[in-house]
Amino acid sequence: MTARRFIVPALALLAWLAAAAPAAAERLVVSLSNHRVAITSNFVGEELVLFGTVERDAATVPRRGGYDIVVTVTGPRQTLRTRRKDRVLGIWVNVDSRVFVRVPSYLAVLTNRPILEIANAETLRRLQIGIDNFLLTQRIGADIADTVRDDPFRVAYVRLQTQDRLYGEIPTAVTLLTPTVFRAAIPLPAEVPTGNYAIDVKVFADGAPIANTTSALEIVKAGFERYVANAARDHGILYGFATAMLALLTGWFASVVFRRD
Amino acid sequence: MQIYLPIAELPVNIFLVLGMGIAVGFISGMFGIGGGFLMTPLLIFIGISPAVAVASVASHIAASSFSGAISYWRKRAIDLALAYLLLAGGIVGTAAGVWLFTTLRALDQLDLMIGLSYVTLLNIVGGLMIYESLRAIVRARQGNPVMLRRPGSHTWLHGLPFKLRFKRSMVYVSAIPVWVIGFIIGFIGAIMGIGGGFLLVPMLIYFLRVPTATVIGTTMVLTLVTMASATVMHSATNHLVDVVLAFILMVGGVIGAQFGARAGQKMSGEWLRLLLGLLVLAVGLRFAFALGVRPDDLFSIRLVEGAP
Repeated sequence: MTARRFIVPALALLAWLAAAAPAAAERLVVSLSNHRVAITSNFVGEELVLFGTVERDAATVPRRGGYDIVVTVTGPRQTLRTRRKDRVLGIWVNVDSRVFVRVPSYLAVLTNRPILEIANAETLRRLQIGIDNFLLTQRIGADIADTVRDDPFRVAYVRLQTQDRLYGEIPTAVTLLTPTVFRAAIPLPAEVPTGNYAIDVKVFADGAPIANTTSALEIVKAGFERYVANAARDHGILYGFATAMLALLTGWFASVVFRRD
Repeated sequence: MQIYLPIAELPVNIFLVLGMGIAVGFISGMFGIGGGFLMTPLLIFIGISPAVAVASVASHIAASSFSGAISYWRKRAIDLALAYLLLAGGIVGTAAGVWLFTTLRALDQLDLMIGLSYVTLLNIVGGLMIYESLRAIVRARQGNPVMLRRPGSHTWLHGLPFKLRFKRSMVYVSAIPVWVIGFIIGFIGAIMGIGGGFLLVPMLIYFLRVPTATVIGTTMVLTLVTMASATVMHSATNHLVDVVLAFILMVGGVIGAQFGARAGQKMSGEWLRLLLGLLVLAVGLRFAFALGVRPDDLFSIRLVEGAP
């Protein structure tokens, strides 16, 4: 009798929780293979691996369509100018330009299938998922705002960054090892900018976001590369004299080695 | 073999860069020019940002012109008095050029200005050199060699006051045109990011009638001083000199310059001038082509310094 008195409200509570807050049912746990990428003299790019699992408990409702994973990696922010050439008096000149203010230097959207299959366009836009939906702020007059996604400067900017492999949407980068365990490959090209990177992981089920978590990554120069970069930045004049001396020494050495007369 | 460049922030093939250093070094040793107008576009072509390319090339040029200058010094083919006077003008010219550079940069038309100056200067200088040297070669073939410095063939430049005797070069000219030439080289060099050797060589030959042999050695001394100071200035202000890139270029450059200097000594002055003229014209036409032909991509991205 007493047991039954507790079970009924408990079941009712569970049912209410499941109905009212389905998003709280799953938990997302991720782990990055390496939080600190060291750039040394033999660095030619790298691939980082992010493992994750969608934790379910007894109360989790079964998902018919399975889970979809979206991993968005953003690099340190920078301000860039995108310029357009046009013909003026027979020569090609930069005639127009737009300044992109504090946009990510690196932007990768990694998913297990094309993003349009994961959720509808409205949801993707609201959550800024995919490069087309990512906020790329431009300075327009005195204002700073994003433009429509087919703005020619925005399109050109994304295209050029994609050519340099700094921007990209990879719909095959996430692999679901089991229905709840996944692996995401983060490609870092050789020209990857140094600095702090943010990783945002979202889980979708039936077209709706149900859980998300964040992680971080740091790309730094190490060893000799770090020493040189620091010297150039902190002791510019000394570094300059040292480089000039190195030049003279190299020149003198060559003339001694190759002396024939 | 790939090596990551700490300041340029990208990996490059060590042998490719070394090869570029040797090739440009050979040309620079042969003609007594720095070769910056060849090396900077090459580096930009392999993906190094223009600012790092210009800054690092300066130290490469310093190395190859120093090694070249030593060989010319041993052959007693350097006129130090002439070099000092040119430098005096060059320093003032550089300061004026840096000022204009900053102004144009603020107006966002620097690229166009640089492109137009390259086209104008290289094509005019290259064309004139080819014309003159071909004429000299043809006359020599006809058994009627013309001396560049015929006695009494003085131009109005030789009538100016403050005359100085430059013993090594065997010329007696006014200090004014020498100083002005130094100023022009410094000014143009600062705007275009080049040493200006390819301009100085013809100017000394045609305006001051300095013999080709001493012109090259003297130009090398001038290039050495301006490029060594440019290295220090670039390091102190922009922090963009990549010492790893510069060192690979230097090693290639000095090797190339040694062989180039020997090849240059073996050739006659007219042929040397013809070859340099062709080279200068080729680069000039390349720049003209780039300005006149519709580019593959109308859009380009440039990093804005100092993000707000």
